[in-house]
Amino acid sequence: MFYREAGQFKTSYQADAAIFPIRQDRVAIAAVLVIAYAVIPLAATPYIFSALLIPCLILALAALGLNILTGYAGQLSLGHAAFMAIGAFASYNFMLRVPGMPILLAFVCGGLCAAGIGILFGLPSLRIRGFYLAVATLAAQFFIVWCLAKVGWFSNYSSSGVITAQAIVILGYTFDTPTAKYLLVLTIVAVMALAAKNMARSNIGRQWMAVRDMDVAAEVIGIRLVYAKLLAFAVSSFYAGVAGALYAYAYLGTVEPEAYNLDLSFRILFMIIIGGVGTVLGSFLGSAFIVLLPIMLNFTMQFMEQTLHLSIPMSAASNLELMVFGGLIIFFLIVEPHGLARLWQIAKEKLRLWPFPH
Amino acid sequence: MSAPKTESVRKIGDTILKLENISLAFGGVKALTDISFDVREHEIRAIIGPNGAGKSSMLNVINGVYHPQQGTITFHGDVRHNMRPHDAASQGIARTFQNIALFKSMSVLDNIMTGRTLKMKANFIEQALWIGRARREEFAQRAKVEQVIDFLEIQHIRKTPVGRLPYGLQKRVELARALAAEPTLLLLDEPMAGMNVEEKQDMCRFILDVNEQYGTTIVLIEHDMGVVMDISDRVVVLDYGKKIGDGTPAEVRGNKAVIDAYLGVAH
Repeated sequence: MFYREAGQFKTSYQADAAIFPIRQDRVAIAAVLVIAYAVIPLAATPYIFSALLIPCLILALAALGLNILTGYAGQLSLGHAAFMAIGAFASYNFMLRVPGMPILLAFVCGGLCAAGIGILFGLPSLRIRGFYLAVATLAAQFFIVWCLAKVGWFSNYSSSGVITAQAIVILGYTFDTPTAKYLLVLTIVAVMALAAKNMARSNIGRQWMAVRDMDVAAEVIGIRLVYAKLLAFAVSSFYAGVAGALYAYAYLGTVEPEAYNLDLSFRILFMIIIGGVGTVLGSFLGSAFIVLLPIMLNFTMQFMEQTLHLSIPMSAASNLELMVFGGLIIFFLIVEPHGLARLWQIAKEKLRLWPFPH
Repeated sequence: MSAPKTESVRKIGDTILKLENISLAFGGVKALTDISFDVREHEIRAIIGPNGAGKSSMLNVINGVYHPQQGTITFHGDVRHNMRPHDAASQGIARTFQNIALFKSMSVLDNIMTGRTLKMKANFIEQALWIGRARREEFAQRAKVEQVIDFLEIQHIRKTPVGRLPYGLQKRVELARALAAEPTLLLLDEPMAGMNVEEKQDMCRFILDVNEQYGTTIVLIEHDMGVVMDISDRVVVLDYGKKIGDGTPAEVRGNKAVIDAYLGVAH
């Protein structure tokens, strides 16, 4: 198998700007889509859907949102779980209070609400940057979750603050099985990932990266920093909002504001750092890594216990899992600080020359 | 792509940029004191002076990075007040920086494409959906950018991230990014600093070609006196934030104050 573009000449700018300019890539992505849409629904068990694939895809979408803000536009945020919460609670309220509200429209409205709040909490970015901005977004994290728990109206005055997501019904079809939910989530995530890639390769993406790399030069060239930064916050929060709504509707079912705590914000941040900052692919790889690794570790523990008869006390086992998890994150950051997406990039460059060394 | 050099291609026209009594201070530090000079259309105007003379501050005043406390700036007949850098850009002022200010992680092509950002009108939703205007614009602007790439002979490094390029090429890419904006006034802050003789010759050729073929007015800061005297039409000399000389290269070279500033005065 040769992964190289020999003999594939680009004769137009259209071909050169394509998302997958090399034929092998197009074949590979087509294969991935076929597997995701046709093979997995037939092969996977409900457990795999609801414990692995659905959260993996939803968190990839949230990570994609954070990657737009942090990876592309260079603005650090520690409040993305809060924007997810806004998406979830706003969608819930739209479904609850607007009669005949289509669910997809409710997701979009939830995303738009998150985008509005995102712009509000993005305003400090016009003055401050780096760690100081991170602290400002940390305020968003605490304030929003507190507000959603405190103000009864958001959870329709439920005594415990827990909301139960309405059933997902589109055009009369109820998405109630894990397979159906998986296919819905997959479609939404695929469409939004495509949109993110389109933004990344066009003018707005270049503006974001220019602001990230050298904001003075960006302004001198004619980029309006206010617009570019706030749009990054808006788009990023929109992605987080839709992800949050899906998290409630397609994954958890019943959800309280505390589900979107700082811990989730950090997990999303870890995903983009491990997956690759400033890449669409990295969001997916990072999400898969963070979601799958604890489960893999769990399986390994069970294997050790049952097959090798190494009895590990329960308390030690759960701590050991966290320690191995943390250790692996540090290992990856040292070995490849640019993330898993960069490893894939290096592999591609190597494959272009393989089997020759130069 | 270089046209035969004929003086008739560029006729030095009327004044397009006029700076009157500019004073700029940072707290107690006076960067510029009461400086006035003008720039005529199509000319190459050099600003020289010893280190710390206020040359870069002067460029920053022209394109709106700094706002002078006193003085007026008249560009194309309009007096400007406290404009932001992107307003200056939309009026046709582009610049390069003394320390290269490229977008390091982006490719050469993307860097130069950002130079055309003001020509793109599609909103972000059109861009996200990759439809209609966004798509058409992308390819129309790409074609323009390719002309600049051809002009500056950097075809071979199109897809390379600029961080990986040698210094001389980075300087050239920065010029390309500024040129992509099709400026009427181009500000170059030490375009030849840190280059070897060959690279300097190349850069001089590009600056002269830009000036002759596009008719771009150029204001440049440079320390290499040979270069300044060869390519500029008129020279402004600054020292300690004050103007000490102004005129053709020959006039400036004979100016007592300029000689004193550069060589020192015998006590």
